[in-house]
Amino acid sequence: MHRLILTTALVAAIATPALANKVFVTNEKGNTVSVIDSDTWEVIKEFDAGHRPRGITISPDGKLLYVAASDDDQVKVFDTDTYEELYSLPSGPDPELFVLHPSGNPIYIANEDDNLVTVTDTESHTVLAEIPVGVEPEGMGISPNAEWVVNTSETTNMAHFISTADYKIKHNVLVDQRPRYAQFSDDGTLLFVTSEIGGTVSVMDIAADGTPTMKKKIGFELPGVLPEWLQPVGLRVTADDKWAFVALGPANRVAVIDVEQLEVVKYIITGQRVWQLAFTPDEKYLITTNGNSNDVTVIDVADHEAIKSIQVGQQPWGVVVSPE
Amino acid sequence: MKLLRIMLAFGMFSCLAAGQALAVDVRAAVFRIDYPALAPISRYDLVPEDMGFAGAQLAQEDNATTGAFLGHTYELETVAVAPEDADAAFDALLAGGQNLIIVMARQDDLLRLADRAGDGVLILNATAHDTALRDDQCRANLLHVAPSRAMLADAVAQFAMWKKWPKWFLISGSNPDDKLLADAYRTSARKFGAKIVEEREFEDTGGSRRTDTGHVLVQKQIPVFTQDARDHDVVIAADESDVFAPYLPFHLWTPRPTMGSAGLRPVTFHAAHEAWGATQFQRRFEALTGRYMREEDYQVWLALRVIGEAVTRTSTNEVATLRNYVLSDQFELAAFKGVAVTFRAWNGQMRQPILLYDGRITVSVSPQDGYLHQRSPLDSLGLDLPESACTAFD
Repeated sequence: MHRLILTTALVAAIATPALANKVFVTNEKGNTVSVIDSDTWEVIKEFDAGHRPRGITISPDGKLLYVAASDDDQVKVFDTDTYEELYSLPSGPDPELFVLHPSGNPIYIANEDDNLVTVTDTESHTVLAEIPVGVEPEGMGISPNAEWVVNTSETTNMAHFISTADYKIKHNVLVDQRPRYAQFSDDGTLLFVTSEIGGTVSVMDIAADGTPTMKKKIGFELPGVLPEWLQPVGLRVTADDKWAFVALGPANRVAVIDVEQLEVVKYIITGQRVWQLAFTPDEKYLITTNGNSNDVTVIDVADHEAIKSIQVGQQPWGVVVSPE
Repeated sequence: MKLLRIMLAFGMFSCLAAGQALAVDVRAAVFRIDYPALAPISRYDLVPEDMGFAGAQLAQEDNATTGAFLGHTYELETVAVAPEDADAAFDALLAGGQNLIIVMARQDDLLRLADRAGDGVLILNATAHDTALRDDQCRANLLHVAPSRAMLADAVAQFAMWKKWPKWFLISGSNPDDKLLADAYRTSARKFGAKIVEEREFEDTGGSRRTDTGHVLVQKQIPVFTQDARDHDVVIAADESDVFAPYLPFHLWTPRPTMGSAGLRPVTFHAAHEAWGATQFQRRFEALTGRYMREEDYQVWLALRVIGEAVTRTSTNEVATLRNYVLSDQFELAAFKGVAVTFRAWNGQMRQPILLYDGRITVSVSPQDGYLHQRSPLDSLGLDLPESACTAFD
């Protein structure tokens, strides 16, 4: 018994050297997840992840990888060390994006076909609640205090504020066409919602009781790029709440927003059809998925510069990085 | 653990950024004239009884779901009539207070109904392609969700030019609509620098579309009909009457691609389209109606979504306010085609990408890369402001 534990620990130590993190990328067309070492920036593994994997997240302890296998109508759960599929969670049809409670339980899943947000217990694997929302629910964000889950509905064009206490919608805010993603600032006082077809990021002030007030809509403009192609999708905010990074889809750029001024300060060239974003835990790097060039771009967060691109599987979609 | 299903109640519409939400009741109607028609050449084109209405049903659900968060309710009425009963049935709609009406009818009927309705009524044309309706025959109370023949022909022309297929062999039918479509292709050729090197008319001699021997005679007739044409890159078929175009691919004397009414066809939508989130839209439609979506369904869905979006943003059911909003720069609507659809303020035509469809998949989408325009690349399709003789919107 002692020897067994020792062996396991040894293997684990070899498999995951200190400091390096694993970057997990879903490949929507390739039906795989690519694993990248954030130290060497080499692809160390590509494993099967069900049909049409899109949304991806990881448990707070870094052990479980959640992948929305959209064409399997499942959220598949993988071991982040062995890459083995452990089980799947009931999700409702066509899961695309989800968000985990900071504690790791439950998971809140957007079901586009049924106009529902499904709340699933990650331990008992049961559905806790189904919350009717607007048409084609998509983006899922959770407030840092975990009191609010915000869902965006792509055809209704709203951000729905769901209380995690009673699963009731308390606020609805109209935003521009086809809202894709919702992200709170780290201090919870701002909410960013990207509108892909509207071409804007809506920024809301969030009061202490969770009440949202529209603060500003940020537009994008870039010489030589058709305004129609400036389509904001994924968005991330640094932990110091100074910078927001916005993936602009077919414009092949990530915009950098100064959060205090709420102004775009820079556009960083990435691969083609840049979609979702994830920071490394130290926030030195931001990784972007580029669906039409089959690669990810690594951005130096402090310098606002793209430093590297790494070839992954076919049509990368989502990305998550293992925690420290 | 017990499954909780939390139902939404009306009155849940607190805290809207747009300000205080007020209850708005929206009524809209879809009015369809059913013309006598021959069976189509392909069984895949058989017309379902709920054509258009199925799209209306989905739009009604979408609008009602959104409206539930705002205190807006939607009510839908659908009417299908024979041409001879159209005026009376339309008058009954007007007498019943309907003032937002989607019409599926031919040009002459559409214009007569729009004139009957007058200023207080907003009509959305869901199916008539006549370019004249966006030109000298335009009406202030008539908006067009259906693309014009000019837009459809331009969509094909841009793709042909992108492929470097500038030499066209135009084959058109002998019926009036076929001739109008052929005119649209001639205009597009001039607009985008293609050359029609050969033109032939395929005469509609009547008779049934289907026979027990099927392809046997066609296989002999079409090669003969298309032989000795001047050197061309592509065959363009203008056959709105569905008389001959499906016979052209594979039976041509000179092996060339076919575009237009057969081969690669310009459409607003088709049931295999999946890009830009369309899959979820297709699945919602199929779950609701039990069949695949047709262009007519998409166009009626889109027309009702135009109304829904305008109501959502203006919180009113007032026709003049809705019309002004729809024609303004503020209006935009996501329509599963990658960019927002909007309206041309000079003739009430919806700007929209046109899908190029081979019968199974989306092959391409026009406008093509590189066709730029000072307003929007979408304005490279159809009548631009200086080209349109429409003055009703001035």
